[in-house]
Amino acid sequence: MKFSLGAGLFFWPKAQVEQFYQQAMHSDADIIYMGETVCSKRRELKVKDWLGLAKEVAQSGKQAVLSTMTLLESPAEIQTMRKYCDNGDFLVEANDLSAVQIMHELKLPFVAGPAINCYNLSTLKVLIKQGMMRWVMPVELSGDWLKALLDQAQQANLRDAFECEVFSWGYLPLAYSARCFTARSEDRPKDDCRYCCINYPQGRQMKSREGQDVFVLNGIQTMSGYQYNLINEIQNMQEVGVDIVRVSADSEQAFKQLSLFKQQLLNPEYFPLDQQKECNGYWHQIAGMSSKA
Amino acid sequence: MIMELLCPAGNLPALKTAINNGADAVYIGMKDDTNARHFAGLNFNDGKLAKAADYVHQHGKKLHVAINTFAHPDNEKRWQAAVDNAVAIGCDALIIADLGVLDYAAHKYPEVERHVSVQASTTNIEAIRFFHDNFAVDRVVLPRVLSVQQVKQLAAKTPVPLEVFAFGSLCIMSEGRCYLSSYMTGESPNTVGACSPAKYVRWQETEQGLESRLNDVLIDRYLPDENAGYPTLCKGRFDVDDNVYHALEEPTSLNTLELIPQLSQMGIVSVKIEGRQRSPAYVEQVAKTWRMALDRYQQSPDDFQIEQAWMNTLANLSEGSQTTLGAYHRKWQ
Repeated sequence: MKFSLGAGLFFWPKAQVEQFYQQAMHSDADIIYMGETVCSKRRELKVKDWLGLAKEVAQSGKQAVLSTMTLLESPAEIQTMRKYCDNGDFLVEANDLSAVQIMHELKLPFVAGPAINCYNLSTLKVLIKQGMMRWVMPVELSGDWLKALLDQAQQANLRDAFECEVFSWGYLPLAYSARCFTARSEDRPKDDCRYCCINYPQGRQMKSREGQDVFVLNGIQTMSGYQYNLINEIQNMQEVGVDIVRVSADSEQAFKQLSLFKQQLLNPEYFPLDQQKECNGYWHQIAGMSSKA
Repeated sequence: MIMELLCPAGNLPALKTAINNGADAVYIGMKDDTNARHFAGLNFNDGKLAKAADYVHQHGKKLHVAINTFAHPDNEKRWQAAVDNAVAIGCDALIIADLGVLDYAAHKYPEVERHVSVQASTTNIEAIRFFHDNFAVDRVVLPRVLSVQQVKQLAAKTPVPLEVFAFGSLCIMSEGRCYLSSYMTGESPNTVGACSPAKYVRWQETEQGLESRLNDVLIDRYLPDENAGYPTLCKGRFDVDDNVYHALEEPTSLNTLELIPQLSQMGIVSVKIEGRQRSPAYVEQVAKTWRMALDRYQQSPDDFQIEQAWMNTLANLSEGSQTTLGAYHRKWQ
């Protein structure tokens, strides 16, 4: 089993991003995803900055992967994404079918990110034909769903055609909108957002009127209010056939989590989840926000 | 070119009403989780499906069948059987979101029109090309996340005709990419064909007011003089740093009557009315109003004016009795 650090989903100042990836290079991650996947207005780092960082990451011995945008609406966004796809050096995580299309045209292998709707074997086959070499399961799917699918892939002699990665820790990316909810929280439309996401390095908690953490507002993205945590499922994940465990780059806490997850493989230990802050429901095919011991 | 008026029907009476009130085409789903409006008491079994096709075709109109959830790994055959069924009764178009189901339909029934469902989240030119190149699709239904300007840019370049949402409940997330419902209840549009399913809804009178809950999560609380709406989880009032408001969206419906000239000029082929879960009476009012508006534009495109009566009719049928242009209008975003 390998461990990956998913692309950072929040908007941080350039210096903080650079410092974060300096730490990432010395972390327990084998694979490091990077790039802006949420909002094209977030331009603290330009394409050349991300490529420079990827180069450093690759030199540190980790696999560097460039993650592309999820919701692309304008020709300019496509143009920028094309630069990532055609970077010439690094693997690309396609988070929209537009990236799949471009990677296929470039005849380059790609990672199908969790926002690409792949729920069954026929879809896996379509994506493999396009050049998919690694599949990140949609976050709402369960361990049983995954097992059924990987067993079918095995029977179809396709299991060696791709690696399987599972989002295992962090705030789950759940939805994407044309609307910026962070700007709305400051009573402004997206076109006048003043890049306010940068003031919320962990997003904004949206609570119920009873104080329950429901969602996290992160620009045009809505995330889970609780942090997803599959630390107690890692043996099961291994049995099912998960190749890569993804820890999301929520904060520097991610590095500690990478170590904990890695230790779980060798010395499994039970970690009770904080039901007010953590969840693992999706893996158990129940409400995502709930948790099962 | 005249834009097609595409109306929803959750049952045979609604379908007949839609046709009788001016729909050029009607879209329906089957009585199972292969479509994104899988609600109790709604949709068409095999017998009704054939009757629907007969009625629509007798009137010279078209029938689209939505098979737009994502196939489960242990049961892909059910989604394929749904395609077989729809083709067998003579549907004019299949509306599909799942790449695997689309692949099946494209290979087995290349002659039957394939429309990319809104649930496939196709929001840009390269994604449209993906569906065009791989599945030779005949139409793409755009998610409700694009501004008018963005729709126009796409329409100018697309190799595939485009359909847009014109009226009805407003989904504010990129459709097919919203797991909020499964996060809260375990069931999502993608996996079971339902958002904020009714079986998880609970209403309770409390001292602080009427409360609506979805799987125990408090979605909204109403003062005596406030109208309570269905607790769709993105339309409740929540607390962001002690500010309680509709953090995602207010109860409101999409209404794009005023965009008819623009949509028509940019070459949009079809305007879709949302609401397979709605009553025949609702379908009647919306179909009739939109028919009048589209005909009026057709007769006199240069001085097209919206009648206040149309707007009033549509507002009365809307969530919270208010309508919006949604993402088409940049300020909404």
